[in-house]
Amino acid sequence: MDDVAVSELRDAARRNFRITQIGFVFQDFELLDYLNVLDNILHPFRITGALQLSKEVRARAARLAEQMGIGDKLKRKADDLSQGEKQRAAICRALLAEPKLILADEATGNLDPENKTRILDLLFETVKEHDTTLLAVTHDHELLPRFDHIIDFQDFREAAAA
Amino acid sequence: MIDTLYVAWRYVAHNKIKTVTLVACVTLIGVLPLALELFLNDSEQQLLSRAELTPLVMGAKGSSLDLAMSTLYFDDEVPDLISMAAPEEVVQSDLAHPIPVYVRFQARGFPIVGTSFDYFDARGLEIEHGRPLAVLGECVLGATVAERLELKPGDSLVSSPETVFDIAGVYPLKMKVVGVLKRSYTPDDLAVFVDIKSAWVIQGLGHGHEDIARAEDTSVILDRSDRNVIANAKLVQYTEITEANLDEFHFHGDPETYPVTAVIVVPHDAKSGTILRGRYMEQDTAYQIINPKEVIDGLLANIFRIKNVLDAVILIVGLATALAIVLVFALSLRLRAREITTIFKLGCSRSTIVRLLGGEILIIVLMSAVLCSALVLIVNHYSHDLVRIVFIR
Repeated sequence: MDDVAVSELRDAARRNFRITQIGFVFQDFELLDYLNVLDNILHPFRITGALQLSKEVRARAARLAEQMGIGDKLKRKADDLSQGEKQRAAICRALLAEPKLILADEATGNLDPENKTRILDLLFETVKEHDTTLLAVTHDHELLPRFDHIIDFQDFREAAAA
Repeated sequence: MIDTLYVAWRYVAHNKIKTVTLVACVTLIGVLPLALELFLNDSEQQLLSRAELTPLVMGAKGSSLDLAMSTLYFDDEVPDLISMAAPEEVVQSDLAHPIPVYVRFQARGFPIVGTSFDYFDARGLEIEHGRPLAVLGECVLGATVAERLELKPGDSLVSSPETVFDIAGVYPLKMKVVGVLKRSYTPDDLAVFVDIKSAWVIQGLGHGHEDIARAEDTSVILDRSDRNVIANAKLVQYTEITEANLDEFHFHGDPETYPVTAVIVVPHDAKSGTILRGRYMEQDTAYQIINPKEVIDGLLANIFRIKNVLDAVILIVGLATALAIVLVFALSLRLRAREITTIFKLGCSRSTIVRLLGGEILIIVLMSAVLCSALVLIVNHYSHDLVRIVFIR
């Protein structure tokens, strides 16, 4: 990735690479209940020395939250958010470091149609802007036309069965 | 590091009950031995310094501890009384100088110490406000008494009856406050000093009333003979000694039979002290002479034996509490396994995870340290009173 042979990196370098170059959107969001929304979004910057938490990063986090429609909920605890809001906060966390690769597991699975479109637009916009790869796992076939490449796991299962 | 501490703080602040419990446990482990050590050191210092400054104490035969505690610290427990013949014996021996002490009555919760002027010199007590005792019915207050009762020279203080229902017993005496002593940080700060004769007036051995030989109201006369006039209960006794009625106060009986609780004996030299002690070691004497330092040393030896037991108990409780804390952290780690896995997946290193957990422990320990220091300061501030409550009254 980016001409970096990840498998050849030592453990610390690999972790730094992961946290700076890969953004994760987990299926269950994995937001921390003891942090508010803003702190959850900023969390990757607080748990590594590879990312520097600056004023600019904080401003970017606020901007992202605004774009995701949760700008007014930054001081709320993660537990006080709806499922959709939690998912948007998780996406903000993944996007904040402007990674080269975003791994998304059902990234819009909990969103209503209106928000789903909005979030996807933002995701794809960010992907284009930063020349980022978005690798998503989804059961939602409506999303498929928006991706450049689609791999259906059913094909693997059939191949394996054959 | 600041980010790590911030995240740790957010966790600690969010889990309030867990944090409070842990802080309480750690504080308890820290504060118990510290406070006990402080308290016992203060006890040793307070009890011993006073005892060392008191050469010998003469009193009735019986508990030497009661005698020492009453004479040195004005303990509530009144030892068997001796008479004024005892100090007279000391004077006759020409080996020491006696200072009679009569600690039996109280005024608004503070002991009234009837003594002679020599007591103030022997203890190095100085008057801060007002003047020393001069006439019957006056009192000089210890610094703490004056402060707590908000009294100053010119005010008055009434002695308390020994028991509420003892209507035939000790009458309250309204004493005039003439001086306040400079703070000495000893039990003298907590005492009301009166001349020993005033203490006898409180007891009723001395009293003042209208001259019945010239009484205008004859109904107060029960019987009249050539030598005696006997009054009945109608005769009003003075409850306050004033310049106007001072001359009416008088004592009945032989002054040598008047009571004291103890006599502080100041030997002319070490040899005189030893000889005097030897004389009162015989079985047939009515008095005993004790060396307060020896008595207090014995008391402290017992206290420190108890302290060793307490130390062992605290150690066991401390270990049990420490194990409970480790268990809480271990269970907490298990509950947070998912969170740890998530940040691990994001790219957080093991060392950062350890730092995050270490930060939480550090915050809890710091909070406990602050609380522990505050509690130790409080114990330190009140240890003087605490020593009195535990050992003296």
